[in-house]
Amino acid sequence: MLLGHGSGGRLSAELVRDVFLPALGNAVLGALEDQATLEVAAGRVAFTTDSFVVKPLFFRGGDIGSLAVHGTINDLAVGGADPLFLSAAFILEEGVPLDTVRRVAQSMGEAAAAAGVRIVTADTKVVEKGKGDGLFVNTAGIGVVRPGVTLSAANARVGDRVILSGYIGDHGIAILAEREGLEFDNPIGSDSAPLHTLTRAMLDASGGIRAMRDPTRGGLASTLNEIAAQSGVTIEIDERAIPVREAVRGACEMLGLDPLHVANEGKLVAIVAPESAEVALAAMRGHSRGAEARIIGTVTGTARKMVLMRTSFGTTRIVDMLAGEQLPRIC
Amino acid sequence: MKYLDEYRDPAIARALVEKIRARVTRPWVLMEICGGQTHTLMRYGIDELVAPGVDLVHGPGCPVCVTALETVDKALAIAARPEVTFASYGDMLRVPGSHSDLFRVKAAGGDVRIVYSPMDALKLARAMPDRKVVFFAVGFETTAPANAMAVWQAHREGLTNFSVLVSHVLVPPAIRLLLQSPSNRVQGFIAPGHVCTVVGYREYEELAREFRVPIVVGGFEPLDLLEAILMLVSQLEDGRAEAENQYVRSVAREGNVAARRTMEQVFEVADRKWRGIGEIAQSGYRLRPEFEAHDAEKIFNVAGVSAEEPPECISALVLQGLKKPTDCTAFGERCTPDTPMGAPMVSGEGACAAYYAYRRHERDLVGLH
Repeated sequence: MLLGHGSGGRLSAELVRDVFLPALGNAVLGALEDQATLEVAAGRVAFTTDSFVVKPLFFRGGDIGSLAVHGTINDLAVGGADPLFLSAAFILEEGVPLDTVRRVAQSMGEAAAAAGVRIVTADTKVVEKGKGDGLFVNTAGIGVVRPGVTLSAANARVGDRVILSGYIGDHGIAILAEREGLEFDNPIGSDSAPLHTLTRAMLDASGGIRAMRDPTRGGLASTLNEIAAQSGVTIEIDERAIPVREAVRGACEMLGLDPLHVANEGKLVAIVAPESAEVALAAMRGHSRGAEARIIGTVTGTARKMVLMRTSFGTTRIVDMLAGEQLPRIC
Repeated sequence: MKYLDEYRDPAIARALVEKIRARVTRPWVLMEICGGQTHTLMRYGIDELVAPGVDLVHGPGCPVCVTALETVDKALAIAARPEVTFASYGDMLRVPGSHSDLFRVKAAGGDVRIVYSPMDALKLARAMPDRKVVFFAVGFETTAPANAMAVWQAHREGLTNFSVLVSHVLVPPAIRLLLQSPSNRVQGFIAPGHVCTVVGYREYEELAREFRVPIVVGGFEPLDLLEAILMLVSQLEDGRAEAENQYVRSVAREGNVAARRTMEQVFEVADRKWRGIGEIAQSGYRLRPEFEAHDAEKIFNVAGVSAEEPPECISALVLQGLKKPTDCTAFGERCTPDTPMGAPMVSGEGACAAYYAYRRHERDLVGLH
């Protein structure tokens, strides 16, 4: 990449024509206007934004491009919205190979196409060498919220069940392994995936879903704590019900990390009314992205906003939010 | 998972708890030394399972926690220097010095790196000959062999840009101090399993004899600790006072002879100040004079740095097992993992951090289970 690629002149135009349009291509983007003009069904529009700074850019199970598409889709999906349109803005560092940019763009295009969403507006800036860490992506996403559905982390009530869609810790450990050059006998790949068809299946099956969240940075523990705080409730989960892959557990043991605090990029947690729990669970298990779904806990009270966990020994401990960075232990 | 799941079996745990209950005829006060053991106890609620027959108090086995305040300040001064690349284990980064911490020094532009081993720091020194690479050599006896090896290799290679800031502490002098204190309540000790993997447990036999107190070398999984507690209770009920080894899959009486030899070549025993406790004679390691070219304290002229600890912080009493973290007036309010006043709140291995993470709901004590 050259500084000129971000200057808005001929080099910029070539970059758009030769790299971004072929990769992300659709009629709206191809019109090359300063904005995308879209028809959206009347109703409530869900709108989200996110930035992606992951290193390394390419990892087992995905890359910064597919991650960006999936992450944006998921933020819309857990709000009960059908994701429709994405934006993508790139900040590139001078000197980054053109091929890297091409691969990322291609990956985004494929992820978007597979998920049935379109990247309809984009932007590129280039910063001087040393002033940016390779490649950053910012996205925004628009979706239409299903009529009659109001999901919120403030909706949890005593008696509600907590359902987790599958194995936790895959993404964070995959990234850490790649970054630190850790090798495992069973290599772990990121679980990065779009969840909107799963959420659709869940909402089709049941009207008793109160809230959904995707536990990304900070892990399941942080997400449950957010829900507990916003709803003003105590959530109790069962350690034995939470699925963690052996390889992820092993990596966490070695590094002194808690799987509950490790990021996920293809999982969701749902708070569901007790009478709807079995139906919601069945809908999840019937979907490829929810095959390992489990009921992991219950909302038990309103005296305190916290998350407790019943250990395999039958004792109870607090599950806390992550405080700052998770630091591998000295001993 | 091998070597882990077997030692976390809830059915065996229940059986061990039953055996402990059956043996106890009066309440006993026991102390586990190592922070890793404290965390396991808290995480699995083992202290609840063995109460009230056994009262567990938590010892000073957190090397991050007991690193002297002025040593942290020295580290910060060195790390802030433009020519220095400062390498450290992750959990030292959050430890508060008098005014700052390594995270803040990093944010202000200091070249601070997290490493998993002193060998990583050595690699940095080889790769960057024009940088002064300093490794923060913290730990009990457990981490000393690797640090000794790093210094020894640097010396042999003539790697003059590699140095270590040594802050090693030794466990037996701390136990001796506790046992000599008139306010000591501890009647039996769980000795730290990985320290003993390195140095063996001969010194603990001497302590057991001298002070007539049972000591059991324990592992880190819940069943290890329950078994060690059962062994201690059995000794106490029988009136015995010996050193025993529960952690047989890792610990031999002589420890690791090769490791000990390397340590003896590079380090010598010295007096050392423990955060929250004060100076304990002959309780630490320093580099032998022949390795002073790799001694960061001498190279960077930080010997004069001294520091005072915040008055509200009772980490001294917590580290000696005289108070529980929940007894502290600042606990959970002015002192939290985000805003720690003393190191036992910062380090993942610290007693205060363990209580905060797993038990803070007990402070207001409403029956939750």
